Amino acid sequence: MQTALRTSLPETELPSRANFVPHARVVHEERTAHTGGRPLSIRGLRKSFGANEVLRGIDLHIPAGQFVAIVGKSGCGKSTLLRLIAGLDEIDAGSISFGGDVQPEDIRVMFQEPRLLPWARVLANVEVGLGRDRASSDAHARAEKALSEVGLADKRDQWPSVLSGGQKQRVALGRALVSRPRVLAFDEPLGALDALTRISMQRLLERVWRDQGFTAILVTHDVSEAVALADRVLVIEGGRIAHDVTVNAARPRQRGSAELASLEGSILSHLLSADDRT
Amino acid sequence: MSLIDSVSLPRSLRLPRLDGLIQWIVPLAIIAIWQVASVTGFVSTRVLPAPSDVVLAGWKLLLSGELLRNIWVSFWRASIGFLIGGSIGFAFGLANGLSQLSARLTDTTLQMVRNVPHLALIPLVILWFGIDESAKLFLVALGVFFPIYLNTLHGIRTVDPQLIEMGRIYGMSDGELFRRVVFPGALPSIFVGIRFALGIMWLTLIVAETIAASSGLGYMAMQAREFMLIDVVVLSILIYALLGKLADSTSRVLERATLSWHPAFQKR
Repeated sequence: MQTALRTSLPETELPSRANFVPHARVVHEERTAHTGGRPLSIRGLRKSFGANEVLRGIDLHIPAGQFVAIVGKSGCGKSTLLRLIAGLDEIDAGSISFGGDVQPEDIRVMFQEPRLLPWARVLANVEVGLGRDRASSDAHARAEKALSEVGLADKRDQWPSVLSGGQKQRVALGRALVSRPRVLAFDEPLGALDALTRISMQRLLERVWRDQGFTAILVTHDVSEAVALADRVLVIEGGRIAHDVTVNAARPRQRGSAELASLEGSILSHLLSADDRT
Repeated sequence: MSLIDSVSLPRSLRLPRLDGLIQWIVPLAIIAIWQVASVTGFVSTRVLPAPSDVVLAGWKLLLSGELLRNIWVSFWRASIGFLIGGSIGFAFGLANGLSQLSARLTDTTLQMVRNVPHLALIPLVILWFGIDESAKLFLVALGVFFPIYLNTLHGIRTVDPQLIEMGRIYGMSDGELFRRVVFPGALPSIFVGIRFALGIMWLTLIVAETIAASSGLGYMAMQAREFMLIDVVVLSILIYALLGKLADSTSRVLERATLSWHPAFQKR
């Protein structure tokens, strides 16, 4: 307890984003040395499946802690890019680097499906996210903390089958967050949710990103979601980055504001004009 | 799951005390009708003895110790045969579900053997083992092997690949992946195999004991037929029914205990 207090002292001096949520400061004590995101550099990235070349040379730099959204038509390669970043598929050519050594626990993915183990209680599902630290003595405590960050502390002993779709996705988010990742990749995590649940999940994503400062990469087909959440929107077309749009709107963002709507409109027209060309 | 379980009545209509008894109404009614038919002479006692006579025969055999001894012998043969065949089937199911090499090596052979009715081997088995214990154990083991093998294999192969990918992403070792993802995912299917196997276990044992044995329930029934003791024959058949029900209930209890996460086993 003593050491925990000491490490948290300098933390309170900083104009921390964490002040929003009371227990976010607790989070910072734990991995003070590690908190914050990792930068991401991609050089000449290519990927083919058989004769089909999905990614044709991607060059991209994402500064640490940035929230990047990737949009594009289905089949444009956006999910492939995300899977390569997360290390789920082999790279054909090019490189991805995270500015130094990374542990597997530093990079996490969240999918469209929650992918919870149906035979494990909610808390045990979150513990899965600890990776190699699963066996450590504080695994329970860390999982409980992650669960309360996503607002589901009271569901810890439930089976996943009794949760709603949005709650399952929040457990999946808790599982992704529990190892304090420094890069978090989202593959259409809200695609299967209803409109209202989506909006509250978007707020939750934004909040945990602000609290923890990881680098966020969100693949989505929903342009309004992209402009509402991201600092920067990348439009992918034919396996290349066709547009790189910076979103300067101040946070917290007003959903449906004129500024976001016009940005959304211009990105959509990019996407649709690409459609006309093909 | 029986039909009664799946059609759930509104709570107010349910009589909780009768819930456990309701399944016994039909068997008890059949016995009552049977008793009446026998007593009134509608059914000749040489065709079918009255239930009361069957109970009486059972009581006599119980007092002489013969009944319990035969039940015990049959039960022992069934369990040992089940354990041997079940574990080998489970081991092959695991190996072929987890390893492509093992599946390519043995699956075709096993599928060919599976299509031979195992009871067709009885003459051969008698030649090999005589009417020894090992003959019965061999047949039971062979009978339970296939349902457990096939369902274990099927269970492992149909585990959600997305969950396996998830496990890999979160750094599970092969052992951990098996323990936390593959095995629990295959368990419902393994239980289906166990329940099939329990049925085949009794069937095989009884046929084997009827043809070649010097003890056990099947032997008791055959002896009784030789002496025209039809009440003992009927008694044996009824005991088979009860033992089958017992085996099924045991596997249900196990299912409920291990699959409590499954929506189908959660209390409504």
